[in-house]
Amino acid sequence: MDEVDLLILGAGPAGMAAAAEAAGAGLVVALLDEQARPGGQIYRDVTAVPPARAAILGPEYRAGRPLAEGLADPRIRHIPGATAWKIDPDRTIAYSVDGKAALIRGRRLLIASGALERPVPIPGWTLPGVMTAGAAQILLKQSGILPRRAVIAGSGPLLYLIAAQMVRAGTPPLALVETQTRGDLLAALPHLPGAIRGWRSMAKGLGWIAELKRAGVPRHRGARDLAVDGAGRAEALALTAGGRRRTIPCETVLLHEGVVPNIQATRLLGLPHRWDQAQRCFVPRHDRWGETPLPGIHVAGDGAGIGGALVAELSGRLVGLCAAAALGRLDPVERDRRAAPLFRTLARERAVRPFLDAAYPPGPQTLSPADGTIVCRCEEVTAGEIRRHARLGCKGPNQAKAFGRAGMGPCQGRFCGLAVTAILAEANGQSPDETGYFRIRPPIKPVTLAEIAAMAPTGPDKDSA
Amino acid sequence: MNDASPFLDLDPGGPRVSVRFDGTDHALPEGANLAAALLAAGVRVFRATPVSGAPRAPFCMMGACYDCLVLIDGVTRQACMTRVTDGLVVERAPGRDLHDG
Ligand code: FES
Repeated sequence: MDEVDLLILGAGPAGMAAAAEAAGAGLVVALLDEQARPGGQIYRDVTAVPPARAAILGPEYRAGRPLAEGLADPRIRHIPGATAWKIDPDRTIAYSVDGKAALIRGRRLLIASGALERPVPIPGWTLPGVMTAGAAQILLKQSGILPRRAVIAGSGPLLYLIAAQMVRAGTPPLALVETQTRGDLLAALPHLPGAIRGWRSMAKGLGWIAELKRAGVPRHRGARDLAVDGAGRAEALALTAGGRRRTIPCETVLLHEGVVPNIQATRLLGLPHRWDQAQRCFVPRHDRWGETPLPGIHVAGDGAGIGGALVAELSGRLVGLCAAAALGRLDPVERDRRAAPLFRTLARERAVRPFLDAAYPPGPQTLSPADGTIVCRCEEVTAGEIRRHARLGCKGPNQAKAFGRAGMGPCQGRFCGLAVTAILAEANGQSPDETGYFRIRPPIKPVTLAEIAAMAPTGPDKDSA
Repeated sequence: MNDASPFLDLDPGGPRVSVRFDGTDHALPEGANLAAALLAAGVRVFRATPVSGAPRAPFCMMGACYDCLVLIDGVTRQACMTRVTDGLVVERAPGRDLHDG
């Protein structure tokens, strides 16, 4: 089996920064990532993007390029196209590249698996033509394509960014539909003084809004009762705003209600998670060095709690320093000296979050979908069915699997887990912590029996096949 | 560029190769993301769900939702995690099999 000093899962800003910092201190690093090129979703294909597209994407995107180029360090082995399907507490990862499976172990392990879009269960969200706003960003970054007749709907700064990028690309969205209300903004005001410390991110957001205004993109705020209409594909977005129901014909609907940590890997490891009420999601427990209660296992980046690309990069660097010190390559005093400015910048970059979290909360449909709305996309289980399970005594998501098939499809709950937890918590009058989350079992990504068999005798347990 | 497609292709140049999707030939950019290339070519439905047979198409583009599943050489694959190569033959994934993947 391969063994390295620091094994990293995920080549986004956190993983890339951790790799660079650790390699700089003399550690041998392996960086596993599903994509062909480094960058994660936020800097997807940043090393390959043509200049015109980079201009559309803006300076925040181009900032990822030096990080990706840092992987050229000979002590860093970047393993692209790698699907990790089993991760063990002894810091071993089973992964496949091009249908060939292999095992690799780290003396330290960093899970930097980033964020997923929060599920946005509204009527019609399973229709072809409905995508996440993040998906549109990926299409632009990697493939240079953008929807021509799209409505963007939901809540959060990413909506402004993708809309502004569409304007720059000459295909502005037909409308921007926002679910946050004036009340949310008022509730966020007490956090404003803190946010001023992170004024750069605020200024960016205001700049995008100004771009949309200049381009004349219609904006509907405080929108309620969103629904995608269409026979077999998205044909319009219906909504209520300003006391009036309206329907906006379109071909594509881009949904976004914020992002949440991708916790498949940390749940698989059995790490403890806590409910973050401000961000309304589960986060793996960790200390300020990203270390979890499992020895030698760290988390960093959005997968450890949503903070954005800069926070991810800084938290990754801290893990690199911590790993180097733990493995005796860096004097603890030197570690602390190098970490001090990182902690300071981290505090400043995080200062804007409480304001953003309060100003752009997930909309009411996201937190409590109507009975008829599909929650589990894979198995087409509705919110009403989950509530019926609760009435029959179902207390948590794992029990829900016994009552119905929610979370049992190929996505393994990635796009229904939070909604199932929220619905059961509400129906049972319990907290999300009490309600819990799906138990995640290997393989977390599909793997063929042939791939597993080829790894014997050091292959995974029989029961995981 | 395909005017029937709901997508605008910002860089339509570059070499194209032939890919068959559900019996129809498409000239797609070599090495491109298969899901993106099919969307740009005007393909709207990638699969039907095993439960109700409802149509689905790429939703997340990052390998998480599995709505882009297609059949390539008899194996279900995520189109958004697959590259375009010459002569690729892609079929719509039959519903029920998805559970065994
Ligand atoms: S589009 Fe979600 S997995 Fe491919």
